[in-house]
Amino acid sequence: MDWLNAGVQGVLLGGQYALLACGLSLIFGVMRIVNLAHGVLAVLAAYLSLVLVQQGLPLSLAMVVVVPVFAALGYAVQRGLFNPALAQVRGRTSGELAPLLVSFGVAVALTNLLQEVFSADTRRIPTGGLASAGLPLGELSIGVLPLITLVVATAVIAGVQLFLARTATGRAMRAVADDAGAAAMTGVDPKHMYAVATALAFATLALAGVFVGMSTQFSPGYGDLVLLFAFEAVIIGGLGSLWGTLAGGVVLGLAQTIGAQIDPQSGVLAGHLVFLAVLVVRPGGLLPRSVQA
Amino acid sequence: MNVLEATGLEVRYGDLTAVDGVTLALTEGETVAVLGANGAGKSTLLAALAGTHLPTSGRVLLDGEPVTRVPAHRRVRRGIALVPEGRRIFGSLTVEENLLMGRYPKRPGPWDLRAVYDMFPLVAEMKDRRGSVLSGGQQQAVAIGRALLANPRVLLLDEVSLGLAPTVVTQIYDAVRRITEAGTTALVVEQDLDQALRVADRVQCLLGGRTVLEAPAAGLDRAAVADAYFGTHPRRGRTPAR
Ligand SMILES: Nc1ncnc2c1ncn2[C@@H]1O[C@H](COP(=O)(O)OP(=O)(O)OP(=O)(O)O)[C@@H](O)[C@H]1O
Ligand SMILES: [Mg+2]
Repeated sequence: MDWLNAGVQGVLLGGQYALLACGLSLIFGVMRIVNLAHGVLAVLAAYLSLVLVQQGLPLSLAMVVVVPVFAALGYAVQRGLFNPALAQVRGRTSGELAPLLVSFGVAVALTNLLQEVFSADTRRIPTGGLASAGLPLGELSIGVLPLITLVVATAVIAGVQLFLARTATGRAMRAVADDAGAAAMTGVDPKHMYAVATALAFATLALAGVFVGMSTQFSPGYGDLVLLFAFEAVIIGGLGSLWGTLAGGVVLGLAQTIGAQIDPQSGVLAGHLVFLAVLVVRPGGLLPRSVQA
Repeated sequence: MNVLEATGLEVRYGDLTAVDGVTLALTEGETVAVLGANGAGKSTLLAALAGTHLPTSGRVLLDGEPVTRVPAHRRVRRGIALVPEGRRIFGSLTVEENLLMGRYPKRPGPWDLRAVYDMFPLVAEMKDRRGSVLSGGQQQAVAIGRALLANPRVLLLDEVSLGLAPTVVTQIYDAVRRITEAGTTALVVEQDLDQALRVADRVQCLLGGRTVLEAPAAGLDRAAVADAYFGTHPRRGRTPAR
């Protein structure tokens, strides 16, 4: 019974990780950038919706505001910061590390800024009891919020995947990921396409940040943990593959809850061990690479 | 009026001048072959025409309008389509998706998927396969089809015979011939003189980034071309800039 419960809770937790990891996976898949600011940006989205809710906005409306704002922010960050860093890599004026370092700088600066503005105290987005609500299922209790998160994560990943597979813009995005120069020869502006990808990624990470903020106590430094778990989900699932990222999130969630079932102190450690094991056995992750249709 | 015109083009890679004052013009419906040995600057010339590598001086005009500094992705939308050296097929896209990338600029014209499949029936059979699994000849056909689907004003082809078996080269040039005979203005970069002469109205030979010979294709003196190819230096290969 306890094991079954651990399994169910693990899958639900995996939904949150998958939602967090989706944007990280997309940015990596399209332009080979590991965005180290991913976690703190999700936390920023949580703070932003917290502020809006405190101003009296219903949470659902706060999301409707925060997600497009983050999409716009993503577009701007790509054009203003990541594209110049990528151009340096392509032009060989710096090592492959330039975009990574830029994202690291953003992460550090933003974490400090959040600390200045909001202090290091932990916060939580009020949900009016949603976070503690549960659905009885036999002997088990399924958390309503984690269930919604899992459904949203699956829907978001399916949606992004459909966009990549079925639309002309999604096709152009995959073409840019394959060979940006050749894509430019067919009329695609790689810089714009990268920015569209990052806008989409930021929209999903904002959504993820709000869900995290509802379910967990967060503080400015919480982004580190978010980044770590998202990164583990991406690696376990296979770099750049979105369905893989969903699977990776679920595997990570399961490892953590089952690990905690074995020894309550060791849940997170078990997740790390699975991540390490995947890296050792298959450095490319469980599923093959690239943003594929 | 010339469809495509370049005057005094100079293109550099750092200190190396790869194209050194080349002038070239294509009238409507004409096919010009640019010949030259390895490193003569042929691909670099095409890069400057297509906008993938901008020149340091000189001008490029498309239908009389300057496009010298217009980036590649906007130049395709205006009608300059490049079939690049090495084909540059999108490996994770299917054949049909590769072709549809040619429709990205949505330029109107006679070329659609059906017309490309009619031209290359073997490509039609492979339409759901990934680009990465194609043979060289199939990749070349897809690369040409992709460029045609942009319905270009001028088609730039860079060594489409490279690395292909002789029979495949003949098939590809059969297709190129049908394309140019249908009235498409084309610039064909080639090292294979025989194939180039099957499609070209005129030839222009480059050596060390400069034009060393311009002649009509009909009645071309092959010895003159061979001289132009290798210049006065017997050494073949990369020609360093002075
Ligand atoms: N990306 C680059 N960076 C630096 N030098 C380059 C680059 N591309 C080409 N070159 C140099 O520019 C000169 C012209 O090269 P280009 O590729 O235009 O020749 P080509 O006539 O197309 O030769 P090939 O028949 O081998 O394709 C050569 O000396 C080459 O080494
Ligand atoms: Mg070349």
